[in-house]
Amino acid sequence: MARHDLENGAEGARGLILFWLLALLLIVTAVFTVTQKSPVYSVVGLLANFVVLATLFLTLDAEFVFVIQIVVYGGAVLVLFVFVIALLSSGVGPFAEGPNRMPRALVPAAFIVLVAFAALVYGLVRGPLATAAVHPSSAPLGAAGDAGVFGSIADFGAALFTTHLLPFEVTSLILMVAVVGVVMLAGDAPPERTHGSHSPQVRRKPREREPIVKAGR
Amino acid sequence: MSPMPVDVLNYVLLSAVMFFIGVGGVILRRNPLIVLMAIELMFNAANLALIAFSRVYENNAGHIFAFLVITVAAAEAAIGLAIVVVVFRRAKHVDVDDVAGLHG
Repeated sequence: MARHDLENGAEGARGLILFWLLALLLIVTAVFTVTQKSPVYSVVGLLANFVVLATLFLTLDAEFVFVIQIVVYGGAVLVLFVFVIALLSSGVGPFAEGPNRMPRALVPAAFIVLVAFAALVYGLVRGPLATAAVHPSSAPLGAAGDAGVFGSIADFGAALFTTHLLPFEVTSLILMVAVVGVVMLAGDAPPERTHGSHSPQVRRKPREREPIVKAGR
Repeated sequence: MSPMPVDVLNYVLLSAVMFFIGVGGVILRRNPLIVLMAIELMFNAANLALIAFSRVYENNAGHIFAFLVITVAAAEAAIGLAIVVVVFRRAKHVDVDDVAGLHG
């Protein structure tokens, strides 16, 4: 990836075409994801969306985020979704649609979305972003994969393990809490029976109970 | 420095469009799996904005932030899907409108 050539007109035009192509694909796949009836089709749309987004990250020189976007989203999160769909779709129809709320909720939803989007666009266009001259730091831009250039994996790693070490460690705590929570929620025991289980009354099985003797005979 | 071929405003507007597609999905869909996927779309839209700004200012703090967002999104997906599984076990049916046990 010859980033220095982007000053060159032909390269710039190519970048522009690439951006609009990826933008179109991103929006199409996102709409596909949220409009499909079956969650399996949605997962396929989501996968395409993740891959297109990763490519957009690459056009922004974020090499490491490109890689983890593919590995973490395209790999781990998506497999989790597919697993749960497979788990819930065996035999019974867990997603039997009740009365559709589309007609009822469409107008307020469209109102909320359009108003919030218009406010955001107004803020973006009128805000400091549109007028501010960008003063980039002195971080050099270079060929992909070179150490020490902006967005390279070496650059990212150096920042992650020096300046941003504390957030990185907090990340590990978040993941551990999530794993413990998931095991507690969806583990073998149904969650309603996991609390107070140390009481002998709870531990006793129903067939072990004392026979009921009718009094007053 | 080398200029970006595309203005950052375009990236941020694209991110906003994707975010609101996710918002629409969360509001309109009843299938909890698709709602979770729409939430993932919103996380990803935020990441796109972060990385675009990171590129403009050529400061990789945005990359670190996107990394943290990806971690939180993975944790969120795991817990959300676990909740879906638990609800399915109890009700044999999952619909976001029917899970109203805490409704006042």
